[in-house]
Amino acid sequence: MIAALRKELLLQWRSRAQFLAVFVFGASSLLLFSFGIGPNAEVLRQFSAGFLWLGLLLSSTLTLAESFHDEMENRALEGLLLLPSDPRALYYGKAIANWLQLTLLGSALIPVMVVLYDAGTDRIVALLGIVALGAAGLSAPGTLYAAMTAQVRGKQTLLPLLLFPLIVPALLASVKATSLVILGDPMDSLRAWVVLLASFDAIYWALCGLLYGRVIED
Amino acid sequence: MIWEVPCYAPACMTGLAINAEKLGRRYGRRWALADVTFRVPAGTVLMVSGPNGSGKSTLFRVLATAIRPDLGKVTVLGFDLIREREDVRKAVALLSHHSYLYETLTARENLVVVSQHLGVGTDGVGPLLARVGLGERGDDAVSTFSAGMRKRLSFARVLLQTPRLALLDEPYAQLDPEGFDLVDDVIRELKADGTTVLVATHQLERTSRLADNALRLEGGRLL
Amino acid sequence: MDTAVHSRSTRTPLIFLGLGALLFVFGSWWGLFIAPAEQYMGDVQRIMYVHVPTAWNWMLGVIFAFICAIAYLINGKPKWDARMEASVEVASLFALLLCIQGSVWAKPTWGVWWDWDPRLTSVAVLLFAFLGIIALRNFVEDPVKRAVWSSVATIIASVDLPIVYFSVKWWNSLHQQQSTPQTVSSAFHLPLRINALAVLFLMTGFIMLRTRVAAARLSEEMAPPPMVPGPAGELA
Repeated sequence: MIAALRKELLLQWRSRAQFLAVFVFGASSLLLFSFGIGPNAEVLRQFSAGFLWLGLLLSSTLTLAESFHDEMENRALEGLLLLPSDPRALYYGKAIANWLQLTLLGSALIPVMVVLYDAGTDRIVALLGIVALGAAGLSAPGTLYAAMTAQVRGKQTLLPLLLFPLIVPALLASVKATSLVILGDPMDSLRAWVVLLASFDAIYWALCGLLYGRVIED
Repeated sequence: MIWEVPCYAPACMTGLAINAEKLGRRYGRRWALADVTFRVPAGTVLMVSGPNGSGKSTLFRVLATAIRPDLGKVTVLGFDLIREREDVRKAVALLSHHSYLYETLTARENLVVVSQHLGVGTDGVGPLLARVGLGERGDDAVSTFSAGMRKRLSFARVLLQTPRLALLDEPYAQLDPEGFDLVDDVIRELKADGTTVLVATHQLERTSRLADNALRLEGGRLL
Repeated sequence: MDTAVHSRSTRTPLIFLGLGALLFVFGSWWGLFIAPAEQYMGDVQRIMYVHVPTAWNWMLGVIFAFICAIAYLINGKPKWDARMEASVEVASLFALLLCIQGSVWAKPTWGVWWDWDPRLTSVAVLLFAFLGIIALRNFVEDPVKRAVWSSVATIIASVDLPIVYFSVKWWNSLHQQQSTPQTVSSAFHLPLRINALAVLFLMTGFIMLRTRVAAARLSEEMAPPPMVPGPAGELA
């Protein structure tokens, strides 16, 4: 699995210009959200967590789909599979790499959120932690479905179609948790949401790892 | 000139690299391979010829376990193709017309990735690059490579796996005359090491000089 | 196609459908006209006689789809894929019905079409997930790949259902609790149970019929090759 992870990180490093483009996409979607709502500072601040996560979710469809582009170009993934490689190792290598990338993306979007929505907070570490957990929730099923949809015709529409209903719990929990960190947590309910998010992550990282082999084999 | 099909004597049966019975594989409504039955003794070179679209690549992909057969029973090196797929993969290497390369990585990096996934050391990468004639271009991205260079790199990839059965799907395609000699050398070397080699090709005359046996496919069926 | 086979194999599901329809008419008539009105909500509450049975059976449908998906991944028999295809579609239909029924109930009661009730919201999420699976099936031509992938997707979506439910429940609990009416009084039970059984029969009939359609298509797709008597007799 380490080999797979190293390869993934190398590939990501090579296409780092792409990361910048996706970041700009995410940032501009945050901008568009505020245009959609209107220049009401109080309202924007109220919903800043939601915007952040929606922006990250939309951007994730780009990065997840992209993560399989190199694999499908010359059927490199099949090449690795035939060496042989354990499909689970390949899965976790890619899912971890995607997770790191999404966490980075989410973290990069935080300052954008702070500026646009006046949504600053002192609890940076907590915020980053939630971003990491939420990104993990996106990455696990996202990597699985990206592998599936990379092999079919309607790949651009299918990935969000399959992924979005699935990650609703992760989205809810991430938004709620982020919101509590930014706006205050009078009833100390942050822990409950974090636990929900962590459970979602645990379940799907296990489940998708098990099923990945069936998805990439013929 | 059509060569004889491999012998059926018991002595031949025991050292079989491939034993295929009524192999079938379809794509949608079309049968790419139908009722394919043949045996290949270990350590021999088999030439597989046939017009475009006759199923040569499909056959190789099935033998390499890249795709599963829909019908039939196949053992490769004594392992059942479906139930013992891992073992087959460990011993078989496929040179496909898909290069299996990462465009954004360099030639060297591509081979290093393969070595790491195989769990072998990366010392052999440098000499291998030189062997296939890519010594100078080892640190260039594959996206800058010509088709012939990619073929050479794919060859290096196959050699890195040190297979007991090598499936070469049109190895001469896209190569220059030096490349042709390289392919011939590699095939001879593999055979000398005891590796069984299947070569799908249109270069019938050239390959028949190296091959011990030949098969011809047309429309997914053996002739 | 062979009509003899057709008429024999559709008799059982048609019996289910017939029985189900009959029971449904009876149960609904009872619920609409005989059972007493609920004390707080009046006649609008009567939609529960359709809504609750649909909900119970939807749940069963999802569980069945999940079981078929696992069965297919384990033993690879096409009949499980056919059943899964049928149950995913029927469950989607029921989910849609639930959302419509829920909206019809919510508007006169709360003044809005949708009130983010955790159960109904979970149904909506799973409806989209299942629609995604149906879309996926339409994009993949190879029957085996299609079966494997949609089984994987069905398993993932089904596992998600309880998680979605709990997360929406917690999410919504911060707001005013708006619950759907509980049918506690025994006067409500009988028509409810009749209708539940009725919908079960209906659903079973639908799934069986749809499975046959799916199975017929699958067997056509997986037909063995024509045996051409070739000149290669001595090699075979």
